[in-house]
Amino acid sequence: MNPELIVFIIFGTVSIIGAIAVISFRHPIYSALSLIVTFFSQAGLFVLLGAHFVAAVQVIVYAGAIMVLFLFVIMLLNLGTLSAKGALTGKLKGVAIILGILLAVEGVYIAVRALDKTKVGSVVAENAEAALENAEAALNGNPIETYDIGHIGDLLFSKYLLPFEVTSLILLAALIGVIVLVKRDKQTEN
Amino acid sequence: MEINILEQIVIPIIKILFVVHLLIIGVMVMIWSERRVSGWIQDRLGPNRVGPQGLLQPIADGIKFLFKEDLIPNHVDKPLYVLAPAMLLIPAMIAVAVVPFGSSITIGEVEIFLQIADINIGILYILAITSLGVYGVVIGAWASNNKYSLLGGLRSSAQMISYELTLGLAIIGVLMLSGSLSLRKIAGEGQGSYPWEWNFLIHFPAFLAFTTAMFAETNRLPFDLAEAEQELVAGYHTEYSSMKFAIFFMAEYMNMIVGSAVVVTLFLGGWQFFGLENIGGEESVTAGLISFAIFFIKTGVFLFVFIWVRWTLPRFRYDQLMNFGWKFLLPVALTSIVVTGTLYIATNGNLVWIGIGNTVAAFIVVSIVAGILALDNNSKAAAQDTSAAPLRQESLTIEAIE
Repeated sequence: MNPELIVFIIFGTVSIIGAIAVISFRHPIYSALSLIVTFFSQAGLFVLLGAHFVAAVQVIVYAGAIMVLFLFVIMLLNLGTLSAKGALTGKLKGVAIILGILLAVEGVYIAVRALDKTKVGSVVAENAEAALENAEAALNGNPIETYDIGHIGDLLFSKYLLPFEVTSLILLAALIGVIVLVKRDKQTEN
Repeated sequence: MEINILEQIVIPIIKILFVVHLLIIGVMVMIWSERRVSGWIQDRLGPNRVGPQGLLQPIADGIKFLFKEDLIPNHVDKPLYVLAPAMLLIPAMIAVAVVPFGSSITIGEVEIFLQIADINIGILYILAITSLGVYGVVIGAWASNNKYSLLGGLRSSAQMISYELTLGLAIIGVLMLSGSLSLRKIAGEGQGSYPWEWNFLIHFPAFLAFTTAMFAETNRLPFDLAEAEQELVAGYHTEYSSMKFAIFFMAEYMNMIVGSAVVVTLFLGGWQFFGLENIGGEESVTAGLISFAIFFIKTGVFLFVFIWVRWTLPRFRYDQLMNFGWKFLLPVALTSIVVTGTLYIATNGNLVWIGIGNTVAAFIVVSIVAGILALDNNSKAAAQDTSAAPLRQESLTIEAIE
């Protein structure tokens, strides 16, 4: 077993356990903390894939900033333990069951396809092998394909220029929207 | 692939042990020097009884903490209450992994870089790990089930979110000129041996903004609203005692040490000082040790500034803190990005012009913001006579700080 696979198993298991814990805990604070654990393990998976920048952004944005806001709101509203009653009733129950079955089918489909592709291992093993080859190439002094920040910058400003600009416009619109909402509140107060 | 046991396992472990012990000893030295320097600034002696000059005082304190009863109050959320100190200490400890604390030592064939891991996103790693540190404070505050603790935790999370933005934006100018995110490249190739070649002159406003934001991130005065003694008993660690309380303090000092090391790396030339780091040839053992000593002394000097500021500036009020972060620091950081980028293209990378442009632009932006705030407050004061006095005072304080 190569080291990459061991690390993958650790991060993968932790992230699945975290994800299950998010929906299992009754208390919102514990759920939020489990979500942080999941995000962090996913960052670990990104590192395994050689996407260091994405991993760092995952931790900074999701685990760092967004989850702090979540916790902040939960603490500010002082949400207590959720009761099991009334969480799933009426039409929602039907929708939840259908969506759950769909998700399960998707999961099984992906698992079967992955098994088809490589008899013994999985897609992961392939990735790990590719990473090993990269490392070997680096040791031999050959240029290797790394996904560092310069690479991402080049792609953002050439191939993906339009999506990039559109995203920034959407973010700008959201920013202006927030300012307008806050201003209106203040005016009505006065 | 062949695994070289010496290079890939033994040396990294030695480096990790060295750095972690250095951090812990650094915390002890910091506790001692904080109390002694405080005493010096306040014209009194400070602890000087345990050992020569009171140097063994931190050990006495540590023994006291260890032997105190580890009390867990009945009303707390037990799992999170126990977990919180660790959630603060671990990020503080692992952030140091990417900081280069010297150039390199060559022994025989093996070149040992004085850094645990030189990853190509070094500075982002630091930002990511420090952004996780806030959870220790927030969770500890919430799990204590005490309203003063909770208030401290809320203040701390709001403060950290606000100042993290400045922390991230202020370094972009530095990254643009050095063209790398690796801390080793920023410190070594990005900056020369002499003080006028270091980043703090080229990016002077960004340097000030980054340093200020770092004070806020470490919860130090004048930004220690999370533990303001006069208002919140002791803030987020009110319910903690014995070693758990000590761990909170250790984490704070470790954050200070790592923060100082990062400032030295990014803005103050890292391990370089007037070419001293090259004594005895660039790759000799002496040069490596001297470069480590230079880095050590620079970090120490910056840590002294931390203590100095603590006894110089009074604590911010909450609204002043938010105003200062969002209305002054953030615009300054944004300006530095725009000006650095524009002047780099316009002057073909002339560092003198970029430095002058950055400072002038930041000065203009701060004046404009202060002017707008003053006008705003005047019109409000005219509208509401009753609230006029406190509002004016607030704007004056902010200007005075600037």
